[in-house]
Amino acid sequence: MIHALTVILICQLLGEVGSRALALPVPGPVLGMALLLVGFIASPRLAELVRPTGEGILRHLTLLFVPAGVGVVGHLGTLAAYGPVVALALIGSTVLAIAVGALVFVAVARLTGNADG
Amino acid sequence: MVEVDLAEIWTYLAETPLIWLTATLLAYVAGDSLAQASGRKPAVNPVLIAVILLALVLWLTATPYAVYFEGAKFVHFLLGPATVALAVPMYAYLPQVRRAALPIVAALIAGSATAVATAVGIAWAFGLRGEILASIAPKGVTAPVALGISEALGGSPTLTAVLVILTGIIGAIVVTPLLNALGVKDWRARGLSVGVAAHGIGTARAFQVHPRAGAFAGIGMGLNAILTAFLAPWILGLFTG
Repeated sequence: MIHALTVILICQLLGEVGSRALALPVPGPVLGMALLLVGFIASPRLAELVRPTGEGILRHLTLLFVPAGVGVVGHLGTLAAYGPVVALALIGSTVLAIAVGALVFVAVARLTGNADG
Repeated sequence: MVEVDLAEIWTYLAETPLIWLTATLLAYVAGDSLAQASGRKPAVNPVLIAVILLALVLWLTATPYAVYFEGAKFVHFLLGPATVALAVPMYAYLPQVRRAALPIVAALIAGSATAVATAVGIAWAFGLRGEILASIAPKGVTAPVALGISEALGGSPTLTAVLVILTGIIGAIVVTPLLNALGVKDWRARGLSVGVAAHGIGTARAFQVHPRAGAFAGIGMGLNAILTAFLAPWILGLFTG
């Protein structure tokens, strides 16, 4: 577990350094994720080493957004003032994104002869 | 007999991270138990419950958010490693991704661009500007990444966290009736689209409906985290000039 955690933290660290040094819009941890994925492809042994710890962290992914979520206490005024617009933007865009994504997938799968199965 | 000075104990505890770290985990366990008791209905979200419980406790004890965060930051820190760990499910799904690469890439780009452009567009059309507009742009992305993008755009990470959670709940609730109405039967399409639009909470919902939908939702969530990091600044720039 400590070895896996060390690999994960090194990837995050390299990601942060890369993101800042190259002034990329991608957050450091996302670069770290891409780096780790490349590492897994290069070495299936590394994938086996990191997998249990990675799955363990991800099993409780939702817990990790609680502290930031509690920050809502500082935004109650904003949300009260803009509540209906924010709700419309969230619901409207989520419905449209799901519909567009699913319909495009089905259309392209049909065009390329890539049926479900 | 030992005289117990409760006020003194409280003063001590309030100054250490222990009490708010414990409170965060307790609130989450309570939220998770309630969600389980409801049969994991998408509307009964453990994070939402935990956030409401903790916000109430902070309000009742007149504790500033900054004091709470001194304890909660240990949990918050793990968002970074968790993002890196998303490489694990992505690697596991790699063979499936290769086989359906073209539909995946097309749906990913279409869904991701729609999510960011319509959210920012609707908010902008109704007069929202500045920090709140930047905070809403990455709301379809998994939380750890959304917070990073929001910060980079000049948004508020805490506001973004709340918007991300709400988006996930909305996606989980609407996905099944919406795609039934549209006649989309392909589990890969159904899963991928909800993963792109509603991140981890949508993915959890997809796994409840069908394992193939769940796997593709995981792919959509992971790839969208990378794509939105590039798309969000660009689309936001179209509105803010």
